[in-house]
Amino acid sequence: MKPILSVSHLSMQFGGLRAVGDFNLELNPGELVGLIGPNGAGKTTVFNMLTGVYAPTEGTVELDDGKGGFEDISGLPPHKITRKGLARTFQNIRLFKSMTVWENVSISRHAQVPYSLAQAVFRLPPFGKAEATLRQEIQDLLAIFKIDTKADWRAANLPYGEQRKLEIVRALAAKPKVLLLDEPAAGMNPQETLELMDLIRFVKDQYKLTVLLIEHDMNLVMGICERLIVLDYGKTIAQGLPAEIRANPVVIKAYLGEDAVHA
Amino acid sequence: MRILKNLTFLTVLGGGLFAVLEVLISVGILDDYSLQILCTAGINIMVALSLNLISGYTGQLALGHAGFLAVGAYSTGILLLAHIPLPFAILGGALITALLGFLIGFPALRLRGDYLAIVTLGVGEIIRVLIINLGGLTGGSAGLRNIPGYAENIMVNNPAAFLWIFPAVLIAVALVANLIQSSQGRVLISIREDEIASQAMGVNIFGMKLMSFTVSAFIAGLAGALYAPFIGYLAPGGFDFLRSVFFVIIVVLGGMGSLTGTILSGVGLTFLQEALRTNAKDWSQSVASLFGTVSGGSIDLVPMSQVLFGLILVLLMIFRPEGLLGSSELRLTKLFRRGSR
Repeated sequence: MKPILSVSHLSMQFGGLRAVGDFNLELNPGELVGLIGPNGAGKTTVFNMLTGVYAPTEGTVELDDGKGGFEDISGLPPHKITRKGLARTFQNIRLFKSMTVWENVSISRHAQVPYSLAQAVFRLPPFGKAEATLRQEIQDLLAIFKIDTKADWRAANLPYGEQRKLEIVRALAAKPKVLLLDEPAAGMNPQETLELMDLIRFVKDQYKLTVLLIEHDMNLVMGICERLIVLDYGKTIAQGLPAEIRANPVVIKAYLGEDAVHA
Repeated sequence: MRILKNLTFLTVLGGGLFAVLEVLISVGILDDYSLQILCTAGINIMVALSLNLISGYTGQLALGHAGFLAVGAYSTGILLLAHIPLPFAILGGALITALLGFLIGFPALRLRGDYLAIVTLGVGEIIRVLIINLGGLTGGSAGLRNIPGYAENIMVNNPAAFLWIFPAVLIAVALVANLIQSSQGRVLISIREDEIASQAMGVNIFGMKLMSFTVSAFIAGLAGALYAPFIGYLAPGGFDFLRSVFFVIIVVLGGMGSLTGTILSGVGLTFLQEALRTNAKDWSQSVASLFGTVSGGSIDLVPMSQVLFGLILVLLMIFRPEGLLGSSELRLTKLFRRGSR
C-alpha cells in the first residue's frame, strides 16, 4: 500500500544535544500507530518536527498531496502544515479558555471562511449566510461528539474529559488527513481512558483518518494501536505489533532497566 | 439577525444621543468649552479603541499609540496647510498612519510578548523626535500653526468639529464591534488566548497580528486626523510617552477586551483630566493661602493629576485587575430587562 505520510532520516539537533536522530516512519492510510518511549525519549520533539513547531535539522517529511504525488512539508510553518492536512492535539490542554466551545472549533475553520475582512467589518452579503452555515456545521460536529448542548459554554468550564474531547474535535474541524494525538489520556482515570479509546476508534473510522499517537498509558496503547514505534534517547529502538513490543527485551530494558530483562 | 438588531439598536441609540446633544448645543446649554471636552473625549476613545484592538483583543501590548496619533494629526495638518480638501486630508492622515503601522508591524510583530511593547515604545519616541527635527515640514518644537479648522469661522469650530468627531467615533466603535464578532475577530482572540494552539489550527498568526496592528494604526491615525483641524495647533510635546500611557490607562481601566468599557473610561478619564487641569490651579492657590507663603511660593498641584492616575491604576490592580468591565460588554438591552442578570 502507498503510505500517506513518509518520514525519512528526521533529526533534531539542539546545540550539542541530538534530541532525535534518524527517525523513520511510514504511515499507511487508515492506520493507528503508537509512538512510545520513556520520558525524554524525544517523542514530543518528533511531533513538533512533524507539525512545524521545530524545523528539523535533517531529513524529510513527505505527505500525500492527494494528487498521486508527495510533497515535502518539513520546515514549513505550523499553519501551512495544518492546512495541508496534518492536525494535532497537545499534551497539556491548549484550548482557548475564555472562548466558547463553538468558537474554539471555529478557529480551525477560519482558513475556509469565504468572507474577507472588509466584508466582515461592513457586514456585506456573504457574511451573514457564511456565519450561519459555519455555526450549523460546527453544531453538527459537536452533536456527533455529544457536546452540542454545551456549545455556548466557556471552554474553561468544561469538565476535564470534555476539554480533551474538545481538543480532538477542534483538530478534526481542520479536516486533516493525519491526526497526531499527544498523550490524549494524560490525567484521565481508567473509565475516562476507556471512553477515550472508543472515541479515538470512532473518529478514525468515521473520518477515515490516519492516527499517530504518543501515550504512556499502556492499556490504551496496547488496546488500540495496530503498530508501535519505540523511541529511547532519540533513537528508534524497536517497532512492530503490540504483542511483539511487549516481549521485546530491548524495550523492557529501556523502560525498566537491565535487571528486569533477566528477572 | 442578532447582528442586524444590534446595528439598528446602535444606530437608533447613537442617532438619538446625537440629536439630543445637537439640541443642547443649539439651545446653548452645552457651551463651547463642554463641546471641546466632548470632542477631546471622542478622540481619546478612538485611540483607546484602536489600542484595545491590538492589546486587549489580540493580546499584543503596544505602548506607542501617541506616536500614531501624532502621525495622523501632523499628516492631516500638513495636507490641510497644502490646501487639500478636508475629507481627503483626514482620509490621507489615517491612511499614512496605517501604512506606517504596517511597516513597523512587519518586523516588530515577529517578536513575542514584551518585546513588542519595547519596540512600540521606542517607535513612539522616535516619531516625536523626528517631528521635532523635521522643522521644515512639521514646524519643529515650535509646532505646526494655523491649521485650517472644520469651520471657516474659528468661533464655531468646536460645534463643527463635534459634527465630524461624534459620528466618526460611533462608526469606528460599530466597525470594530463588527470585526470582533467575525471569524477574523475570533482568530485575533484565539491568538491572545494561545498563540501556539492558534497556529496549530491553521491560523497564520503573523498575518493576523499584522492585520490587527495595521487596523489599529488606521483608527489611531484617523483620531489624529480628526484632532488636527479640531485643535488647530500641533506641538510635539503633546505626543510623548505619557500620552501613550494615558491611552493604556483608559483601556486597562475600562477592561482589556471591552468596547463599552473603553468608551466609559475614555469619557470618564478625559473629564477627570480636564477637571484636574483647570481646577488644580485654584486648589493649589487655596492650599498655598492656607499655609501662607512661608516657603516663598505657592505649591503647584497641577502635577497631582499624574499622581492621581497612578493611584487609580494601583487601586484598580488591587481590587479589580480585569478592569471595570473585564472582557464583557455593557448591554443596554440587558439593563432594560428589569433587574434580570
